Formats: sequence, structure tokens, C-alpha cells
Amino acid sequence: MTAAFLVLSAFLASAVEMVEALTIVLASGLARGWRSSLAGVGAATVALAAIVAALGPALTVIPLDGLRLVVGALLLVFGLQWLRKAILRASGYKALHDEDAIFARELADAERAPRDERAGLDWYGFTLSFKGVLLEGLEVAFIVLTFGSTQGSIPLAAAGAAAALALVASVGVAVRAPLARVPENAMKFAVGAMLTTFGIFWGAEGAGAHWPGDDASLPGVLAYVCLASFVLVRLLRRRRALGLAGAGA
Amino acid sequence: MRRLAAFGRFWWDFVVGDDPLTALGVAIALGATAALADDGLAAWWLLPLAVVLVLWVSLRRAAR
Repeated sequence: MTAAFLVLSAFLASAVEMVEALTIVLASGLARGWRSSLAGVGAATVALAAIVAALGPALTVIPLDGLRLVVGALLLVFGLQWLRKAILRASGYKALHDEDAIFARELADAERAPRDERAGLDWYGFTLSFKGVLLEGLEVAFIVLTFGSTQGSIPLAAAGAAAALALVASVGVAVRAPLARVPENAMKFAVGAMLTTFGIFWGAEGAGAHWPGDDASLPGVLAYVCLASFVLVRLLRRRRALGLAGAGA
Repeated sequence: MRRLAAFGRFWWDFVVGDDPLTALGVAIALGATAALADDGLAAWWLLPLAVVLVLWVSLRRAAR
């Protein structure tokens, strides 16, 4: 059960981040040329691999309780950020993430930027792709490393991320357009709930608490986080509707 | 010096994000859980309750 959660969490988190990275790479490639854009993707991939290679083994030598406390705290902060945004979007307080609009904006910016050639590459196209892939990939690397090391299986978490990369990259190559039809907010909601669940579970264990039923309590924690999130969405929707009605009266 | 500050700012934004109170609430909740567990009391229930409270406070601040 925990292994399935691990793979699913890594897959969903990676897919969401990769959809965002794909939008930036497509805009860069179409506006500035594919050579510079793909060179940026390659350089960012090498940088990410170096970060993972350096941090991965370091994490495995930290004592498990200390690791779970730190990782639990970080996952909670990350998970709550994701959940907060997803709940604000679901309740209408924040605009839904629109990959088409982001793509159009990135494309216009990339077309306007002056040409500056360095080492035979268009520097704007290279850095735009590099930054996009590195920043989105850093979050994926963080999730894969922390989930994997805390659960004792970095390869399993990496497999989830690799599956997401294969799926998003192949669909991206096939359609050559931003993946606007991906239900991004629902996926962010799911990832936020999973990060928060693992954060609660590992954070409490790292702090010295013992869960009734040990690992078997994880689905219960997940159900609790999902239920609480849906209640919060409803409360915020009601609050917004009352506010709008009050403003209209 | 400026690069160091930018490096620190990047990691602050990456980890803490746009609501530092959430990070503070999580740290306090983990500390309280550790204190309860250290006294030999059941502490597993505290974090789930605290997390939802922190989330609700953060959402209310964002929706103001």
C-alpha cells in the first residue's frame, strides 16, 4: 500500500511539474529555435542529475527518525502550499492555472526579446528552457529524494517520476502544444493531499509519536486530509457566495 | 554578497513559499507533538488537527 502511494505521489507531482516545464520549453523552442531550447533542457537535466547524485547518498546516511522529522516538516510545508493553492482555485478565490494563457504570454515575451548569441546558441532561448526545466525539476527531485529515502526506496519513487516524464514528453512531442486539457488543479489537489498525508505521518513519527496500526494508518490520514480539504473548499465557496451577494445587495 | 542573498532568497521562496505563517505553524505543531511524545503521552492525533487549523487560517488570510 505504501509503495503504491509512493509511486503514485511521485508520478502525479512529477506530471504536474513537467506539464509546466513543457509549456515553457515549447514557447522557447517555437519562438527562439529548437537547438537552443533543447540545449537548455539538456543542461538543466545534467544539473538536476548532479543535484540528485550529490543529495541522494547524503540523505541515506542521516538517522531515520531525524530524517523523517525534517522530511515530514518539509513535505508538510510543501503539501500545504499545494493544497492552499488548489483549494483557493477550487473555491474561486484564485484563477485556474491556464496553460494556454501562460504559453501565449511566454511565447510573446520570447518573440520580443532581442537576439544575443553565445557559444553558437540563442542565449534567451537557452536560459528560458534551462530555468524552466531546472526550477520545475528541482521540486520533482526534492519529492523523489525525500519520499524515496524516507521510505527506503529511491528507485521506486524515481520510477514514478520517470513514468510521468515519459508520458508528458511523448504527449508533448505528439501534440506540440501546451497540455491545456490536463486537469491540473485536480492533480495539484491530489499531490497536495498526498504530500500533506506523508508529511503528517512522517513528521509525527520523527517527533516521537506512534501511529495506531503503524503504516496501516496512512490511508486513514489520507482520507482525513481529503475530507478536511473538501470541507474547506465548501466553506470558502459559501463565504465567497455570501460576500458576492453582500456586495450585490 | 548580493549573489549569496539571492541564493538565500531563492531557497526561502522554494521552501517557505508565499505564506511564512504556514511554516511557523508546522514547526510549532511538530514541537508540541515532540513535547507530548517526550512526556510518554499519545501524540499522533495532534499533528492532523494542527495541520487543518493552520491550513484554515492560511486560507482565510488569502481569501480576505
